[in-house]
Amino acid sequence: MSVFSEVALAAPVAVFKLSQDFNNDQFPNKVNLGVGAYRTDEGKPWVLPVVKKVEKVIVHDDSLNHEYLPILGLPEFRSSASKIALGEDSPAIQEKRVGAVQCLGGTGALKMGAEFLRRFYNGNNNTKTPVYVSSPTWENHNAVFANAGFDDVRPYKYWDAANRGLDLAGFLGDLESCPAHSIFVLHACAHNPTGTDPTQEQWQLIAEVMMRRQLFVFFDSAYQGFASGNLDKDAWAVRYFVSMGFEMFCAQSFSKNFGLYNERVGNLTIVARDADNLKRVLSQMEKIVRTTWSNPPSQGARIVAVTLTSPELFSEWKDNVKTMADRVLLMRAQLKAKLQALGTAGTWDHITEQIGMFSFTGLNPKQVEYMVKERHIYLMASGRINMCGLTSKNIDYVAESIHETVTNVQ
Amino acid sequence: MALLKSNKVIYCLGNITPSLGVLSTRNSSWWGGLQMGPPDPILGVSEAFKKDSNPKKMNLGVGAYRDDQGKPFVLSCVRKAEAIISSKQMDKEYLGIGGLGEFTKSCAQLAFGNDAEVLKSGRNITVQTISGTGSLRIGGNFLSRFHGGPCDVYLPKPSWGNHTPIFKDAGMQLKGYRYYDPSTCGFDFTGALDDISKIPEQSVIMLHACAHNPTGVDPKPEQWKEISDIVKKRNLLVFFDMAYQGFASGDIDRDAWAVRYFVEQGHNILLSQSFAKNMGLYGERVGGFTVVCKDAEEAKRVESQLKILIRPIYSNPPMNGARIAATILNTPDLYSVWLGEVKEMAERIIRMREELAAGLKKEGSSKNWQHVIDQIGMFCFTGLKPEQVARLTKEFSVYMTKDGRISMAGVTSGNVGYLAQGIHAVTK
Repeated sequence: MSVFSEVALAAPVAVFKLSQDFNNDQFPNKVNLGVGAYRTDEGKPWVLPVVKKVEKVIVHDDSLNHEYLPILGLPEFRSSASKIALGEDSPAIQEKRVGAVQCLGGTGALKMGAEFLRRFYNGNNNTKTPVYVSSPTWENHNAVFANAGFDDVRPYKYWDAANRGLDLAGFLGDLESCPAHSIFVLHACAHNPTGTDPTQEQWQLIAEVMMRRQLFVFFDSAYQGFASGNLDKDAWAVRYFVSMGFEMFCAQSFSKNFGLYNERVGNLTIVARDADNLKRVLSQMEKIVRTTWSNPPSQGARIVAVTLTSPELFSEWKDNVKTMADRVLLMRAQLKAKLQALGTAGTWDHITEQIGMFSFTGLNPKQVEYMVKERHIYLMASGRINMCGLTSKNIDYVAESIHETVTNVQ
Repeated sequence: MALLKSNKVIYCLGNITPSLGVLSTRNSSWWGGLQMGPPDPILGVSEAFKKDSNPKKMNLGVGAYRDDQGKPFVLSCVRKAEAIISSKQMDKEYLGIGGLGEFTKSCAQLAFGNDAEVLKSGRNITVQTISGTGSLRIGGNFLSRFHGGPCDVYLPKPSWGNHTPIFKDAGMQLKGYRYYDPSTCGFDFTGALDDISKIPEQSVIMLHACAHNPTGVDPKPEQWKEISDIVKKRNLLVFFDMAYQGFASGDIDRDAWAVRYFVEQGHNILLSQSFAKNMGLYGERVGGFTVVCKDAEEAKRVESQLKILIRPIYSNPPMNGARIAATILNTPDLYSVWLGEVKEMAERIIRMREELAAGLKKEGSSKNWQHVIDQIGMFCFTGLKPEQVARLTKEFSVYMTKDGRISMAGVTSGNVGYLAQGIHAVTK
């Protein structure tokens, strides 16, 4: 008799199952538009040239070792990463009320923030505080907050399927009617999965309500630089909220903008009222880190820190980021143009209006199934495609496939 | 709608309901009522050490190996592996949730032995974890969610300080069984058996595979056999923590003996492994968590649930360290270099133990310091009381945890005499 005989077989995470199915498919013209990782025009992963350069330096530097990092991570990484989000000349940083925790990717940063909030926000261990995530959102958001102990993780209106844009009225309505002190997970830019971001004016409206109703701001910033190609532009919302005086969290990921996916490089930036509050927050963060992973992995953080703190490397990195963002913009433009040229039913402006790695095509589940089964083009059931999966070689096939699908399947 | 122009925020605290009165206290911050967290007892020692300006200061706190010059030691097999990896110019795509396959396979082989039945039958599931801590935490979370028995984890008294908060945060309760005998500075075998025989069935019992932390006191093989018998009788779920394989005796098979014996005896164990110490990969966070299941089918079910647990914590593990470890374990030349270097580290520790004991005798200490030699692994439970530890730190700038534990790795031929002086001074 086994202690685990009652353990059920869990369903695999959808996005990884999609990749698995793609890998097993023998069709020669198959296309993977699933997982959110950048691909070159040859359809290959891209290790950023600046990363290769820095890695070489690191591996040849005999003065470096593999000793434990401090619990909160590599200090140079934490501070330079926060500067990227908040801006070099951020008043909050100058006021010494910004701190950070190096975490395992964006997921790890969300996890640490969630664990902290559950323990210390809105009372002690208040598992009833509602956590709002956008509808739709990255599928792991729900699990991160639920597993951190929050009983009440709910959607806030975000995507207007009929108009293929932001449901601002619905969003603001949820902000007005939610319980006070609710936590809101906001996508800093390049909303995943819709690619639809609020405009600056819309962010201002959102911020006003959140301030007035004392809601907690938790930004998820996984695509800074990747959305528009410009780091500062992509950080506008985060910086606006900081300038408004919010105490807030920002979970940063360097998986995409540094291409460091598997090194798990993330940073939880904390903006507090003042240095004293910050100090106490960080001391409690240490305890949470200690029982989860003790201290974070050093390789990825080192690469990022070296890059961000060297003017030449920083400049080279920005170019690399722009290269990726520009290719995505090009694919967007071309896909829309081709669909329009084919006369595919519907409007396709959203392809170029949406921003970042993902596009919410508007394809329904039946159409998605057709794309996968009949055309061997792998995308999420939500209709989300990863623009990075498009290349100059497959874009015609994809455009034709979308055309055929929309025409034949309703 | 009016936009707030001012940078200074004034929360309307007067409107807050009484139950949230805590928010009205300090400086209108969410965290006004938040206390300062106490410094970590182990890592906090290093912080204090750094601030000390005494040139003779010694850091005997955290268990990180140092060479005889007191410097961190990067194993040459690690450097070689890094060069190989660098030349391959691999991509940085996400690993699967369970980690690097070449790593998890060889990680399990290292623990169980290459030809182990448990591996051949495929009834183990091994996932890559964030070193030992991450492994224990995943294990704790898994037990909390799926273990049908009591949610009690029985730790040896004493155990690694971080075990308790890890399992607590994972949702388990902690209890203890007698282990260390302060009167002998050795193993309280009868006490352990007595306590274990009373543990409620299906509870979880944690065993340190080798080089017990913090005491350095390990059961002998005959004692392990009796422990196995009583654990079986009580139908307890065994969770082994193996953070020092190779580091204890210098021999990786010898150090894994207890783990392998238990598996042979039919215990379907949980196992945490760390490569922080034995490969010197501390900051790369390399570890493994294994569940030995009834059969391969059960292993698949358990694996699927482990992935569900891991994903909302950090999605998937870091590549670098696992790649280094896998390269070493799977490249025969590097593997044999590694075995040699692990042996070298273990032997230096053993030498320092002998020199410390000899040094104390030379100082004229009348106390029995045999345990310094008998204990094994990185740590030595000196038997010093908290007041003596405090004096040792204050008067000699020797930093250690207040339970009297010293990391032998911090002892060198250059400072062992000074240490003997200090210990003698506070204990005479």
